Amino acid sequence: MDNEKKGVSRRDFMKTTGIATGTLVGGGIIGGLIGYNVNRDTAIDETTGNQQGGGQGQEHDHPTNVGLKFFKNMTHFNVLSQATERIFPEDDLGPGAIGLGVPYFIDNQLAGAYGMNAKEYMQGPFEDGATTQGYQSRLTRSEIFSQGIAKLDEEAFNRFNKGFAEIEPEQMDEILTAFQKGEVPMQAVTSDFFFKLLRQATLEGAYADPIYNGNQNMEGWRMKGFPGHQFSYIGQIESEEFVQIDPKSISSMTH
Amino acid sequence: MATTLDKVDVVTVGVGWTGGIIAAECSKAGLKVRGLERGEERGTKDYGMVHDEYRYAIRYELFQNLARETITFRNNREMKALPMRMMGSFLLGEGLGGSGTHWNGQNWRFLPYDFEIKTMTDEKYGPNKLGPDYTLQDWGITYDELEPYFTTFEYTAGISGEDNNPFWGKRSEPFPTPPMKKTPILQRFEQAASNLGYHPFMMPSGNLSQSYTNPDGATIAACQYCGFCERFGCEYGAKSSAEVTVVPTALGTGNFDVRYHSNVVEILKQGDKVTGVRFIDTVTGEEFIQPAEVVVLTSYVLNNAKLLMVSNIGEQYDPATGRGTLGRNYCYQILPGATGFFDEQFNTFMGAGALGMTIDDYNGDAFDHTDLDFIHGASLSITQTGQRPIAFNPVPPDTPAWGAEFKKASIEYYTRTLNIGGQGASMPHKENFMSLDPTYKDAYGLPLLQLTYNFTDQDRALHKYLSEKAAEIMKEMGAKIVASSNPLTDYDIVPYQTTHNTGGTVMGSDPAISVVNNYLQHWDAENLFVVGAGNFAHNSGYNPTGTVGALAYRCAEGIINYSKTGGSLV
Repeated sequence: MDNEKKGVSRRDFMKTTGIATGTLVGGGIIGGLIGYNVNRDTAIDETTGNQQGGGQGQEHDHPTNVGLKFFKNMTHFNVLSQATERIFPEDDLGPGAIGLGVPYFIDNQLAGAYGMNAKEYMQGPFEDGATTQGYQSRLTRSEIFSQGIAKLDEEAFNRFNKGFAEIEPEQMDEILTAFQKGEVPMQAVTSDFFFKLLRQATLEGAYADPIYNGNQNMEGWRMKGFPGHQFSYIGQIESEEFVQIDPKSISSMTH
Repeated sequence: MATTLDKVDVVTVGVGWTGGIIAAECSKAGLKVRGLERGEERGTKDYGMVHDEYRYAIRYELFQNLARETITFRNNREMKALPMRMMGSFLLGEGLGGSGTHWNGQNWRFLPYDFEIKTMTDEKYGPNKLGPDYTLQDWGITYDELEPYFTTFEYTAGISGEDNNPFWGKRSEPFPTPPMKKTPILQRFEQAASNLGYHPFMMPSGNLSQSYTNPDGATIAACQYCGFCERFGCEYGAKSSAEVTVVPTALGTGNFDVRYHSNVVEILKQGDKVTGVRFIDTVTGEEFIQPAEVVVLTSYVLNNAKLLMVSNIGEQYDPATGRGTLGRNYCYQILPGATGFFDEQFNTFMGAGALGMTIDDYNGDAFDHTDLDFIHGASLSITQTGQRPIAFNPVPPDTPAWGAEFKKASIEYYTRTLNIGGQGASMPHKENFMSLDPTYKDAYGLPLLQLTYNFTDQDRALHKYLSEKAAEIMKEMGAKIVASSNPLTDYDIVPYQTTHNTGGTVMGSDPAISVVNNYLQHWDAENLFVVGAGNFAHNSGYNPTGTVGALAYRCAEGIINYSKTGGSLV
């Protein structure tokens, strides 16, 4: 039961993505990732007060057959992952974006209708408007994310001579804040719009039904006390006490 | 080359509440009715997996595909209008049932004051209290004339409520079903409002308190308080809608059929009558002409206006001269309110779209406006609709929007935050109107509808005053932190606000300032009827559906009479 409830821990995440296991040496930054991530593990443990190391050396359950549908390389996926974790970090309440599987959620959504702007009006001409007129970019969400993620990494190199996934958390926050304020130039879209999309996608991944590969083991819902899919509350709606209900996924209706 | 279909007595453009009511009443009277619906067929059987916030509420499963059609928007005439590229401030519907499928179920009758607002305001406060730029006008009908139709709609829909609000117009019949459950959240509001001397009452609800069979024999189930109401179809058939009431009634007569995936692109007119409509099958791309004795526009407000514009029926409103009626008096809804952050937890994830309590002490002309720089007001309500975790991340003022602090606060307050919201009245202004866009087009080559809209001084003053009242109630409810709504600046089409778009095809007694008469019969074509919130000369301090329903019943009566006698109905 305990194992079923656990989301993907950050350490498991590192295992599944190849970081810190040496598989990226041939295609990535020689030595940099390995040394950096060992330190990161320690730093995370210290900041969260988790001195046990999350069961280091033990086996952990995590979803099988979850993989990338949109991102073409692990560098960009890792940038996305670290960015979402800063927006929604692990803490004493429970998992952060990585532990909830948010990066996979976003990757999967970018590969589908969401990423392609299937239901958005994409006819030209395209002109910048007033802020009250909203998003006017010719880019699809997938194009915005591709550019935005690459830009985060580029900005990290410009400021700190390292990739975004390798810098310190406060440095990540500095860059994300610059994006949020629209200070980083991007093509055909503003960085503050990209940041809005990224923040919103992070929350969507943290709290969408787990059938979308986020909200792993419904931990996002548990943190909030949201019961997910329940048929009816007619028997509880008049309760004077707060009602704690174990959450259910929509998948419980099809299995 | 368009294929011409067999002629029918009545064709409706859109099959939601209005199209469904027209269909039910006319088909019961023996008329052959065809409904052209641009979306797909859907119903209760399709909503079994609907408890999916991401798919239905965030990615807009039941709503219009903007890739095919949207609107353009500008705040004023100096700006260039640009497309609403993503669903934003309001949510356009598509598919059987229209917006009635994904409404919350909050059902209201506009006040006697609303229908004669110009006359009553001038009598009490002198002529032009708001100044010459507001195009305030009476509706050409009184509450008493509409009352029987309000009753019919409430009995068709099985509305749950109790008649204990002293500010309402008189009802000829009690509510068909009793009010919904008074939950602890509502009780807290009730106590606080009573302490402050107000008159709280249970919100009239289309989420039925008990199973009910309507006068047409359609059964609506009892609400289960599952918390997935607006933006969702009801898997229990417990939220009253056209799909569970008037559409099955119409189909049951054998005189009604619906043609799906049929996008009407033109109303065909010859001389002073219309002859039918032209539509495109959106699956095959084929073009058809549907001849009809009577054409009824029962699609959404915005599309009704657009069809008249692209068909050159009626004179386009020109704000520079004040001439023309089509597109004039566009109004929205003003949303004052206050948020309260509490120490204790509430079952905020449970609820129903119209589970709420309201005060009307600051609505209509129930309070004196002599020293205020606005007229009308708002219903102020607490609702327990069911808060869902993606959309609801409340944090006290000055909390960062992301990061560790945001996570902690938004999780803590998810079940510790309540909102009091107002449905504020919106007054018509000469600069707020609809027209056709000169640049952007839909998937069928037609110009997009252009919306020119901004908040006005009246709106800002009403919003400020009512938000303060909401905050007072929230304080009395015991919130440890109370945050009033931010003051109104410019209208922004990006954040979701409300889908209460009104005006543009206004009803009235004078053809110089209205598009249709009080049977919703077009002044320029006696066999053309236009039905919906577009008929509103202003928007009241309530949600529009109940008044739209009443107008649809009156219109249906008019069409039946017209089919016997022809000619103008007034």
